[in-house]
Amino acid sequence: MYILIFAETWNGKLKKSSFEAVSYGRNLADKLNLKVATIIFSNSDENFKLIGKYGSNEIIKYESINLEDIENDKLANIICKTAQNKEAKHIIISNTNRGKSICSKIAYDLKSSLITNAISLPTNHNPLTIKCKAFSSKAFSFYESKLENSVITLLPNSIGCKPTETSYSILEGDLSIANSSTELKILKEEKNTNEISLTDAERVVSAGRGLKSPENWNMIEELANLINGGTACSKPVSDMGWRPHAEHVGQTGIAINPDLYIAIGISGAIQHLAGVSGSKKIVVINTDPDAPFFKSADYGIVGDAFEVVPKMIEEIKKTQDS
Amino acid sequence: MEIAVCISVVPDTTSKINFTENNTKLDESGITYIINPFDEFCLTKAIFIKEEIGANITVLNVGEAKNDPILRKALAIGADKAVRINSNSLDGISTAKHIANYIKKNNFDLIFCGKESIDYNGGQVPGFIAAILNIPLANGCVGMNIEGEKIITKNEIDNGIQICESTKPLVIAGQKGLVEEKELKIPSMRGIMMARSKPLDIVNPEEIIINNIELKNFELPLEKTECKMIDSENVGELINLLRNEAKVL
Repeated sequence: MYILIFAETWNGKLKKSSFEAVSYGRNLADKLNLKVATIIFSNSDENFKLIGKYGSNEIIKYESINLEDIENDKLANIICKTAQNKEAKHIIISNTNRGKSICSKIAYDLKSSLITNAISLPTNHNPLTIKCKAFSSKAFSFYESKLENSVITLLPNSIGCKPTETSYSILEGDLSIANSSTELKILKEEKNTNEISLTDAERVVSAGRGLKSPENWNMIEELANLINGGTACSKPVSDMGWRPHAEHVGQTGIAINPDLYIAIGISGAIQHLAGVSGSKKIVVINTDPDAPFFKSADYGIVGDAFEVVPKMIEEIKKTQDS
Repeated sequence: MEIAVCISVVPDTTSKINFTENNTKLDESGITYIINPFDEFCLTKAIFIKEEIGANITVLNVGEAKNDPILRKALAIGADKAVRINSNSLDGISTAKHIANYIKKNNFDLIFCGKESIDYNGGQVPGFIAAILNIPLANGCVGMNIEGEKIITKNEIDNGIQICESTKPLVIAGQKGLVEEKELKIPSMRGIMMARSKPLDIVNPEEIIINNIELKNFELPLEKTECKMIDSENVGELINLLRNEAKVL
């Protein structure tokens, strides 16, 4: 029996959240004395090596089709069929948009339980019990599976990746097993230009109305690039069209949980916090000493973004060079 | 056009979350309940469709009688009919089965749900409804158009947008973008008056539906330690702390 992982790629490269999913599967497999098999849409040895590094015993590769071109229901079907072939006990998928679009169908078709938004390794293996995000990170809930088999979606950047060098074999995936009776045909795809997917980013630099105009985002982007992070913004900023909607973090935008969240010129309304309070460390830079965000921050600077941010860039450059 | 809008009743975003009975129950004292914000975008979109091409809008909820005021509010906003399936919503699959059972008996062209509810954040119900009914799911939908018999949806994917075409019926798991926040409909005086005479049906489930996962208990996050304030003249100290104390750089 196996733990089955679906490893997502983006532009042909494995996402960091996929390493986490494989690490998660490895841990679970060790506890239950099972093997790990990973499904990937790729033909890159580099990708296979990485999957092996995080502990997969088998890699099932689909190389003739790009992940981006597969409809969700067809993908769900491939995962279901593979799970049946492998007698998978549990399936681990990243809690990304893709993962969220396929997890219910997989769980339903395989008559498995579904635990979404997992943020920790199981606290118990029989019955399987997992801690999950709830109330927009204002609390956690512990779910217990009542069934033998489960589908688990893992929140990106929640458990980290633990290398467990494993020798692996590579199997050809069989695309002919995929069929789908429902059709949501992909007509077109518009990709964002940013290199790092916001939900995958370990560090995020975010700015609000305090930046006064969209031209001033240069320094935000520079800071983000410097620390290998993503850029985000508050709701008013995306509403005014200063930044794309895809960057809006908060209650009605996207929810993120990076290691470091730097909020610049954002007051910290509760709706904004709902999207970012899962962050491990929060830095707040604001001219207003009474900005509510300071109450939820780990580090704060009362000051003008136009003075503080350039100094941050300078200091980071200085220490990176040395 | 027959449209169903599935609605969750959730604590208001500003509610303080606490638990009782050994962290197994949400402490409801002082909590204001609202329509799940993601569902609100869906309801307004349904009303726009009705205004444009005509439609009957049914709001569906699985829950107890305490949800009725919220369903009345949805009627005041512009839904034509509300249906409450009289059962406790235990997990994603049981909620979806209740909704799917109702949908099977009543034909709908479009089934809207918010992409997730802001309380349990599971995001499971729309996908389960689509799977049970064996119809397509447009997940994370940020825009849709009806073009004859075809439905064109704009759906959020990781790092982009996908434009898709589908037949009817389909499940649309919506969010902001479907309509903008400033377009959200709120109940008017006339709407509130009219809502009183609109039907709010209470349907008792015909079969016992069991849950697959059990919520055992809750936990609150650790209290944040006091924010460390750093002088704006000493930005180097912040970088030093992020690097050596927090170890996040």
